[in-house]
Amino acid sequence: MNFPLQKQRILPGFGTTLGYTIFYLSLIVLIPLSALVINTAGMSWDAFLAAVASPRVVASYRVTFGAAFIAALINAVFGALVAWVLVRYDFPGRRIMDALVDLPFALPTAVVGITLATVYSANGWIGSFLEPHGIKIAYTPAGIVVAMTVIGLPFVVRTLQPVIEDIEKETEEAAASLGASRWQTFRYVLFPIMAPSLLTGFALAFARAVGEYGSIIFIAGNMPMVSEITSLLIITKLEQYDYSGATAIALVMLVASFIMLLMINLLQRWSRKVTEG
Amino acid sequence: MSDRSNIKFTKAPGRRKDLTEPAVIRWLLTLIAVLFLGLFLLLPLAAVFSQALEKGIAVYFASLHETDALAAIRLTLWVAAISVPLNLIFGLAAAWAITKFQFPGKNFLITLIDLPFSVSPVISGLIFILIFGLQGWLGPWLDAHQIRIVFATPGIVLATIFVTFPFVARELIPLMESQGRDEEEAALVLGAGGLQTFFKVTFPNIKWGVIYGVILCNARAMGEFGAVSVVSGHIRGATNTIPLHVEILYNEYNFAAAFAVASLLALLALVTLAVKSVVEWKMGEQFPRHR
Repeated sequence: MNFPLQKQRILPGFGTTLGYTIFYLSLIVLIPLSALVINTAGMSWDAFLAAVASPRVVASYRVTFGAAFIAALINAVFGALVAWVLVRYDFPGRRIMDALVDLPFALPTAVVGITLATVYSANGWIGSFLEPHGIKIAYTPAGIVVAMTVIGLPFVVRTLQPVIEDIEKETEEAAASLGASRWQTFRYVLFPIMAPSLLTGFALAFARAVGEYGSIIFIAGNMPMVSEITSLLIITKLEQYDYSGATAIALVMLVASFIMLLMINLLQRWSRKVTEG
Repeated sequence: MSDRSNIKFTKAPGRRKDLTEPAVIRWLLTLIAVLFLGLFLLLPLAAVFSQALEKGIAVYFASLHETDALAAIRLTLWVAAISVPLNLIFGLAAAWAITKFQFPGKNFLITLIDLPFSVSPVISGLIFILIFGLQGWLGPWLDAHQIRIVFATPGIVLATIFVTFPFVARELIPLMESQGRDEEEAALVLGAGGLQTFFKVTFPNIKWGVIYGVILCNARAMGEFGAVSVVSGHIRGATNTIPLHVEILYNEYNFAAAFAVASLLALLALVTLAVKSVVEWKMGEQFPRHR
């Protein structure tokens, strides 16, 4: 272990594999992504600002980030509950439920989209129950929240599950033997252990929801200023051959997702510290 | 995204009374969890098949046999057949370089590999338009030589490779990291060649991880919608993949056919989840201490 430089040359293939990795990464990811930055760099500042800050675009940010926030919040609450139940309780169908949590990862977004739009429309399975009470989900901003909730569902559950599994029984025993009620144990002992991962799961679900397209457009109604998400607006601009407009908005979204990625990395480091420390 | 979902199937251990919640609370929480998953996952899944079969089994099979549907299925299979092996080779190479050697900038490289996961699908498609589209960097040259990349199959393949780029690498890097390099070094000392070492020593150890990564990569490759939608040009029977064909049928109010074709993708998702569960179980068996 004390001779890392000697060690690294023992196995063959370093140059070939690293070279290929960097070549393929550049070809598929880095060069195409840089196209976005370089194309926008060619725009004047005023043109850029006009493209990314027009009222319709700003409204789409509000719809996208607002709905993603609500959806991530729903997922934080119910995802934590689902993770807790799946780890701690035994009930018939538990393993199937557990496997099912990954469905939004495996099911194509277009299928999620048309299905949710059908189920939540006025004569759909769920919509027909809500319609008489004056609750409209499909073709309203609420539909966007529903779709974002579904596609973000696995993140909170899957980040929390291993953390809850790893909580030592002794921790809870100590709290109980010191006279803590079950609620106090949860509030002051268990929740602080879970909190960083819960926040990480929230951030992951939020980031995923912000970039989502396929599952939303079918249920959103896509009314400009009301239920139009930013991803759709990029496509609309493309279809109108407004390439620079589409590129500018895309760059804003790309920068937003990089900031979120950075925050998620920091959150993960924090939660590792809490669970290991 | 996926490596976080490696979960252990341990039976909930028996707990002392004061270390769990009152029965009423347990029941209530379980009920809410089941209702939540049922409402947001199970019900929509059931709806796919119910809608697909609404007009009878004959209409269902007719929707799958129709020319445009067959063309979409064929194109999707081709796209997956090209993009999954390419990303598999990349994943193996990247995991070997990253886990078997020390070099500066390693963590940065891992972050770059993860990048496509955090890019919105629409942007993933857009970047290829910016390069290969008529107004793009290479557009005029390609047009002069009558080569079509975007609004044609090559663009669909490129966009699919981009969105599925990290899957295999991401699955293999933590797995191979946890295994160290002692076994490979022993094989080399005993006189095995580089490739021989890889196929006889490394590969058996990471076999389930490879299958896992490939399965997830394939599911995404066949189901990608946003990125492919941007670059495809939506030419019926030519540049429509299965998800795009579903969209077209749905927008034409041909719901039974849309859901029939969608049910193929839903079946693929169920198979993916089943294989995933089996692989997780096998990995738990092979490496009881993995995670």
